[in-house]
Amino acid sequence: MSLPLDKALALEKQYRFQWEPAQKRHVLLYPEGLIQLTESAGEILKRIDGNASAEDIVESLEQAFPGADLKQDVIDFLEVAHDKGWIRVN
Amino acid sequence: MTKAGSGSTDAVSGPLWVNAEITYKCPLHCVFCYNPLDYTSTYDSELSTDEWVKALREARALGAVQLGISGGEPLVRKDAEVIVAEATKMGYYVNLITSGVGLTEERIAAFKEGGLAQIQLSFQDSTKELNDFLSSTRTFELKLKVARLIKQYDYPMVLNVVLHRLNIDHIEQILEMAEAMEADHVELANSQYYSWAMKNREYLMPSREQIQNARVVTERFRERLGNKMKLYFVMPDYYADRPKACMKGWGSLFLNIAPDGLALPCHEARMLPGLEFPNVRDHDVAWIWNESSAFNAYRGDSWMQEPCRSCDEKDKDFGGCRCQAFMLTGDATNADPVCSKSPHHSLITEQVELAQQSRTSAEEVRPLLFYRDDKTSRTLTME
Repeated sequence: MSLPLDKALALEKQYRFQWEPAQKRHVLLYPEGLIQLTESAGEILKRIDGNASAEDIVESLEQAFPGADLKQDVIDFLEVAHDKGWIRVN
Repeated sequence: MTKAGSGSTDAVSGPLWVNAEITYKCPLHCVFCYNPLDYTSTYDSELSTDEWVKALREARALGAVQLGISGGEPLVRKDAEVIVAEATKMGYYVNLITSGVGLTEERIAAFKEGGLAQIQLSFQDSTKELNDFLSSTRTFELKLKVARLIKQYDYPMVLNVVLHRLNIDHIEQILEMAEAMEADHVELANSQYYSWAMKNREYLMPSREQIQNARVVTERFRERLGNKMKLYFVMPDYYADRPKACMKGWGSLFLNIAPDGLALPCHEARMLPGLEFPNVRDHDVAWIWNESSAFNAYRGDSWMQEPCRSCDEKDKDFGGCRCQAFMLTGDATNADPVCSKSPHHSLITEQVELAQQSRTSAEEVRPLLFYRDDKTSRTLTME
């Protein structure tokens, strides 16, 4: 399912995103489970705040990591996250 | 529990999942209960609120992040709300595992306020007299009332139903009830044979035909309801030919803390002989997890005997369950006899064959069952 690029994204209700100092990485928590995120997945999910769209997130990442061509990777990841039910279109 | 997802699967050193059995007191008398037979022995030595908070903080520092608050019936403790709120503040994702008995609106509001993330409601045989909960109007009404509260407070409705020989044929009514309660997730878990369920094993194990029928009915509901009500059907491991990867390995992810503070690698490990389980009252959780001999006893694979030692599946199932190996073979380092490679596998297949025979009706079985109650627990403790 393709994700609209200009619509605000939010975490699904039961999901909680947080930094785990002991594991030194971000995780996504949900009933009965835990997803240990890579650094890049953490950077993307960190920017999902209920207001930012996929385009906003790409822009913010390109500012934080100048010179990198991130757009397609970010959109691919967001589509996977949406398919898995971690995030929703607000 | 750990899903690969987009993340790395690097092993972490600490426990990720803590199960806090805050009390073994329970108003119910389930014949499949997995609490220890001598659970009443913990009544006078339950951890205080502060002791719980201290132990949970120590586990959190090691990286534990999922927390189950269970029992017994955790709502029997009046400080369950305090423990949940404190644990949430520490960063745990907290799940309350309850029968719903005692879940008033006042209490659910307090849990919500304290940040409780999830409530898992269990179905069970609620009383001796009304063993068949489906015939119990009171239970049905209580469940509907609790279900409404759970929805009203914006929690997903997660139901856990323990299936066994005496209720599995009612799967249709069970699922109709779940649908009426607007359940989001339903786990239909066949009873596992430990503790009280082990005592009642011959009366609880369903036949192949019963399981098959239940799966057909479950599939029908699944097709009709799709994502509206997600159904998980857990087979009894006696019907498998490879053991379950119990706890994803001993001392790998899971830390169970019993009401009296005993730290255990699983709910059942208290039964294992020759291990001195540490108490969170006496030791820091970091020492318990990393240093104690009990938590190191079955880590890795150096403890294994044949056929596990040379088995190419040993990294997948860790030789199965240590408690089941001990209960059935008398030696916890044996392969779980569920495995068809185990020289003791006939201990499983004999029970399975027994379960295929038609036997006495539920009415006749009822007086033969061991009900989990304080009196029976004390009697069994003396034996």
